[in-house]
Amino acid sequence: MYLDIERKIVLPGEEISLEGMKQGNGIYHDNGKYYSYIMGVMQTYNSYANIIPLAGKYYPVRNDRVIGKVIDIAPSFWIMDIRGPYPGFLHINDTPWKNLDQDLNKILKVGDTVFLKVNEITESRQTWLSLKDAGLRKLEGGHIIMVQPTKVSRIIGKGGSMVNTIKEATGVKVQLGQNGVVWLDGPADKVMEVRKILRFIEKEAHTSGLTDRVKKILEESR
Amino acid sequence: MIELGTQSDIKLINEEGLRNDGRKFNELRPIRIEVGVLNRADGSAYIEWGGNKVLVAVYGPREAFPKHTQNPSRAIINARYNMAAFSVDERKRPGPDRRAIEISKVISEALEVAVFTEQFPRTSIDVYIEVLQADAGTRIAGLTAASVALVDAGIPMKDMVVGCAAGKIDGKVVLDLNKEEDNFGQADLPMAIIPRTDEIVLLQMDGNFSREELEQAVELSKKAATYISNLQREALMAKYKSQESEKEGERSE
Repeated sequence: MYLDIERKIVLPGEEISLEGMKQGNGIYHDNGKYYSYIMGVMQTYNSYANIIPLAGKYYPVRNDRVIGKVIDIAPSFWIMDIRGPYPGFLHINDTPWKNLDQDLNKILKVGDTVFLKVNEITESRQTWLSLKDAGLRKLEGGHIIMVQPTKVSRIIGKGGSMVNTIKEATGVKVQLGQNGVVWLDGPADKVMEVRKILRFIEKEAHTSGLTDRVKKILEESR
Repeated sequence: MIELGTQSDIKLINEEGLRNDGRKFNELRPIRIEVGVLNRADGSAYIEWGGNKVLVAVYGPREAFPKHTQNPSRAIINARYNMAAFSVDERKRPGPDRRAIEISKVISEALEVAVFTEQFPRTSIDVYIEVLQADAGTRIAGLTAASVALVDAGIPMKDMVVGCAAGKIDGKVVLDLNKEEDNFGQADLPMAIIPRTDEIVLLQMDGNFSREELEQAVELSKKAATYISNLQREALMAKYKSQESEKEGERSE
């Protein structure tokens, strides 16, 4: 997804020359001209010109894997904080548990952390979540680290190269949420090392050749 | 015509045509903008504009509370302009007063024009503008910093809003009044524009201007706004540039 071209930072209101590309994310048009509407890095992908934002909240997209925290319980669903502009709802029918007459509190308590996917987003931006897919579960133990949601794709790397490098080098279990929540499980010193790496990626996200630099740091620390 | 402003024999413009702080009629006070100064906020900015020192924090988009303020079709922008008790010579009684409520309203409305609010129904974008030190022109300093903080928070905007003021002292139209000129001058005209389209999003007037003078003042401010707009852009770019130079420092170690 990331090409090693010069990463030009654009600002809102800056004119964009599409050069035959189609108008993608982060671009609006006015009077036949195209302008950026966020601060970000211009990138082309599948004949679309996109502005990848440098900052911003998490905006849920269908089928995203996210890590949420239970903030409230309603009669048949949980209300989760997924770090977006709106809370997410997890209905009992979208979970593997079948105990309908049971108190929801006994399954997931307020404060529990869950690895979920975004099931549906309604027109009024109501976000419905689901636990019914491979790998989705309640996260027990471990550590939570928050990163900027816009940097998650860099932490994953090309086809997962970055996150796999980290996993292999440190042996820490890593669960990444698209919403910028990272769950880590392993020995404390290794977790701290991963935390340092994540902060580094976050800071350098707009530069190129990151995976190699991270590899170098990991090798040096060994 | 009745001349407004406190009657005094203070000369605001000297024989050489310079103002009491040595500026020419079309000269701005020095401006410095810094981005990302606060860690907890989604976006933040700090501006020093002459003697003004203003800190801005942006939160959101987040669910609007209380719930009845939510708009089902777009986001609301909640700017809160607040002056610190120590920001002026005589202690300012803390809390929102009539003036602060008005300024908060006009700033919200100016920002609303630039932000793509329809992308976030039912949410609010909260902009906290804290004036730490005041020296005339705090609302436009706050607004200028607020739009930088909004960009830092990654909020979609048409363009950055730029504020600038002009006024009349000793019968002459000048740019960017300082405190003495504001107190003893005849008029003050804070204004904010969207530089790309030249759209005026905030225009207030205190005092008296003739029609020609008003047009002159607007022209002066518009020219200055282009310059300030560049400062905003440089400040935002600097946030990412400084990280690159840090990286080089790490390498050389």
